[in-house]
Amino acid sequence: MRISVLGIYAILYLIFLYAPIVLLPIFAFNDATIIAFPLTGFTTGWFAELATNTALHGAVRNSLFIALMSAVIATGLGTMAARAGATGEFPFKRGIIGFIMLPLVLPEIIIAVALLVILVQILGMNLSNWTVIGAHVLICTPFSIAILNGAFQNLDPSMEEAALDLGETRLSAFRLVTLPLVMPGIISSLLISFTISLDEFIIAFFLTGSNPTMPVYIWGLLRFPASLPVIMALGTILVTLSIILLTIAEYFRRRGNARAGIKDTGGFL
Amino acid sequence: MTALIHLTGVQKYYGDYHALRGIDLEIRKGEFFSLLGPSGCGKTTLLRTIAGFETVSSGTLMIDGKDMKGVPANLRPTNMVFQSYAIFPHLSVGENVGFGLRKYPMTKDEKARAVGEALEMVGLGGYGARAAHALSGGQRQRVALARALILKPKVLLLDEPLSALDKKMREQMQVELIKLQRQVGITFILVTHDQEEALVMSDRIAVMFEGEIGQLADPETLYRRPNSRRVAEFIGKMNFLPGEVTKLGERITVEVPGLGTSEIGKEQAPGGAKLGRSLIGVRPETLAIQFEGEATDRRVADATVDEVVYYGDMTYYDVRIAGIEKPLTISMKNLIGRPVLDVGTRTRVIWDERSLVVLAR
Amino acid sequence: MAWGSNLDSDARRGLMLVSPPLVYAVLLLALPLAAIVLFSFWSQDFVTVNTTFTLNNYQRIWNEPIYGLLLQRSLFVSGAVTLVTVVLAFPVAYYISFHVDPKRKSLWLFLITIPFWTSYLIRVFLWKVILGYNGVINSGLLSAGVIDEPLTFILYNINAVIITLAHAFAPFAVLPIFVALEKIDRSLLEASQDLGEGKVMTFFRVTLPQAMPGVAAALVIVSIPTVGDYVTPELMGGAGGKLIANMIQTQFLQLNNAPLGAAIALVAMAAVVTAILVIYAQGKLLIAVYSELNGTRPVFDIFILCVTMLFLQVLVAAALLRTLGGTLGSGVAFFVGLVLYSIAILLLLKNRRR
Repeated sequence: MRISVLGIYAILYLIFLYAPIVLLPIFAFNDATIIAFPLTGFTTGWFAELATNTALHGAVRNSLFIALMSAVIATGLGTMAARAGATGEFPFKRGIIGFIMLPLVLPEIIIAVALLVILVQILGMNLSNWTVIGAHVLICTPFSIAILNGAFQNLDPSMEEAALDLGETRLSAFRLVTLPLVMPGIISSLLISFTISLDEFIIAFFLTGSNPTMPVYIWGLLRFPASLPVIMALGTILVTLSIILLTIAEYFRRRGNARAGIKDTGGFL
Repeated sequence: MTALIHLTGVQKYYGDYHALRGIDLEIRKGEFFSLLGPSGCGKTTLLRTIAGFETVSSGTLMIDGKDMKGVPANLRPTNMVFQSYAIFPHLSVGENVGFGLRKYPMTKDEKARAVGEALEMVGLGGYGARAAHALSGGQRQRVALARALILKPKVLLLDEPLSALDKKMREQMQVELIKLQRQVGITFILVTHDQEEALVMSDRIAVMFEGEIGQLADPETLYRRPNSRRVAEFIGKMNFLPGEVTKLGERITVEVPGLGTSEIGKEQAPGGAKLGRSLIGVRPETLAIQFEGEATDRRVADATVDEVVYYGDMTYYDVRIAGIEKPLTISMKNLIGRPVLDVGTRTRVIWDERSLVVLAR
Repeated sequence: MAWGSNLDSDARRGLMLVSPPLVYAVLLLALPLAAIVLFSFWSQDFVTVNTTFTLNNYQRIWNEPIYGLLLQRSLFVSGAVTLVTVVLAFPVAYYISFHVDPKRKSLWLFLITIPFWTSYLIRVFLWKVILGYNGVINSGLLSAGVIDEPLTFILYNINAVIITLAHAFAPFAVLPIFVALEKIDRSLLEASQDLGEGKVMTFFRVTLPQAMPGVAAALVIVSIPTVGDYVTPELMGGAGGKLIANMIQTQFLQLNNAPLGAAIALVAMAAVVTAILVIYAQGKLLIAVYSELNGTRPVFDIFILCVTMLFLQVLVAAALLRTLGGTLGSGVAFFVGLVLYSIAILLLLKNRRR
């Protein structure tokens, strides 16, 4: 087999992309406190330490709750927007959808400070998990729309019409026909939104209440060299989880495409 | 026969676009009716209006004596076979066919029996448990038919149902659809852009152009006596000759340069004839080349072969006749002993007054 | 009215469906953005916010060199990251689109997106491990005998920030370019070669121009968020590698001066949007000049002409900035001037093409 220069470059690029991640498990199982070569020996102690860290457990619980709520709300909003985008024209359609998609290109720090100002300084609210959820929904919705747009646009509009024609109302036609057909997209959107929220730090750092989220907690640990191997262990688990979740999401997205009978052309974005 | 569907002055606007420009139409109970026309002529809009997917901007639509204003698609006594078939890919064949029975007061067994019968009717007996997305194009179409017919609608609407099939399958399905329609006795309304399909299948055809009905007639009348140039051009092949109507009365006298004077019946001017310059249409198969040794008592004209196109069973000749500017196309069956003439051959064209149609401008 | 009520009901349904996400975005995006604009004209009195209108925050940003320096550095880093990311990503996107078996394209895209979905903080930290004093690169090079003592120029400075950000935003550059490349009708390339162009010229005359929308999308999608990141500069930048986002974060969370922080955030946004607009307009202008002159002169001459033109424009802009003096008003005027100039170019080009 002939490998082109371009192919070698692409593989080098992949190595560049994966270089940091490959290091994670290496140091997670290394028994030195200092994160550096040469490696000293094998241990699973860092993982054991994770199990006893109650502060971390609290942060993880928080993050899971925030991620779950954000994913559900963002996917709900994303479904509505994507469906609206796929149905006929309405006034200011492009402008409205564009505005909802805006957080995709807005620096996260702008969203963070804008929400901080309005929630705390103007409305005098207390920061809590819900303030983080509010912001995460905002940044997850565009991703949800991007994923579901594909699902709704691949949907033959006569499917729903056929259901209407066979006696169903708009609502039952949506439930019986449209929803099952876009379900893979919805699951994929839930998983992606969940992953984004779980990993988001910049906004959470501004808006988190007295209970930190997991990334905020990790950020705190990064200052203490002694806790770094534990972070490596945690990171290893997170990466593994992310890959599993994404693989499931990708599987559902492809199954959705296969159902709609279209050829697979791209990734999530 | 009584009218089942009644359209009066139906207009449809999309914003500024005038999609239907005043449709008056009666469709009879039990007939196979076709809406034929080029793309963008409004035929699909009209069909979707009857189905309830589009509302009329003005005018009335009655189905079975009831005004359909404000009646949504799910409450109309119509069912549709979609162009894409819209077979629900997440359901099995049987679930697709039984989809519309969900709210019917029937037991599970009765529903299963109805589904089985419907599938039997379209020749898919025993396919009920199959996955819908694994079906071939022709099978999907049958499922779509069964799914619509199981509800025993008063009208079955078919939106270009054969356009996705290959030629052979299409011809087979044409015959099956006709048989099926006779068997169930339901009014079928077919939308198609394929003139041959419409001619083969329909009891009556409405030819549409730009949101209007150009001509409404049975296939034979439509083919033999088109009322205008655009209908004639859309259906089959036709030669157009400049002529002149010189006398109106019981019979009409027309003067065609190169062919001389003819007297024709009124039915040969379906769009109405007026004194003065007119357009005369002649179908290629109503003309003939006079081959060596073939006698005729019809009228003849001297001609020269200008172009020969050989189709196997037929040969199409373009011939020049003195006095006619453009060559005339003539189709000839390649019968035993008939040669295929060469370009430049001098020959004679046989024709008849009955070949002529006076077309409205 | 004459139009179909159906159209209206479709439109109504669309509006009804889109309204919950719209309302959400208005409440949690538009209003907060309006609030920081408002806030930036207020001031902080120890613990309370003084709501008297003032330009003080902007005055401070203009007068105190630290802000200008950070902004400059941020724009430079953002530009460098964008350039590096897009240049590195283009061949990969090209490879996936043109050389990978269609069945395996989505696998490649999947592989490219996976690192993006893994914990950002940990990824940034791991770059520290790779680039650090005892890091992977240094220990690797030392043991290989290439260097005698660890390299220090790769951590705690701007280079480290650029490398890390380029890594973080890689998929954001690969995907839009890939999508644009995928849309190119392959028969166009064959047509070009059929008409006598070689592979290289076909790339420049057919492929590249059609990939430009994707490249433009990549530029925007990478450059704007990089201005807002404070994690990477904090962890990787050391003392000399702090960026404007770190300053915003400091003002809000440590110095408790939200109005000033809001003003800095807005100035940073305005700067990056202006920069993108100017670059976009200049790009369009150069392309227009190029296509106008294409074929009349050797390509090299046109290239020289374009470079000269750009250089002159930069000179004029710099001279203008100097003569305007050092007041806040002149700064705003310069900003607005740049924006208007770019819009004028875009409008002129649009009308010219018709």
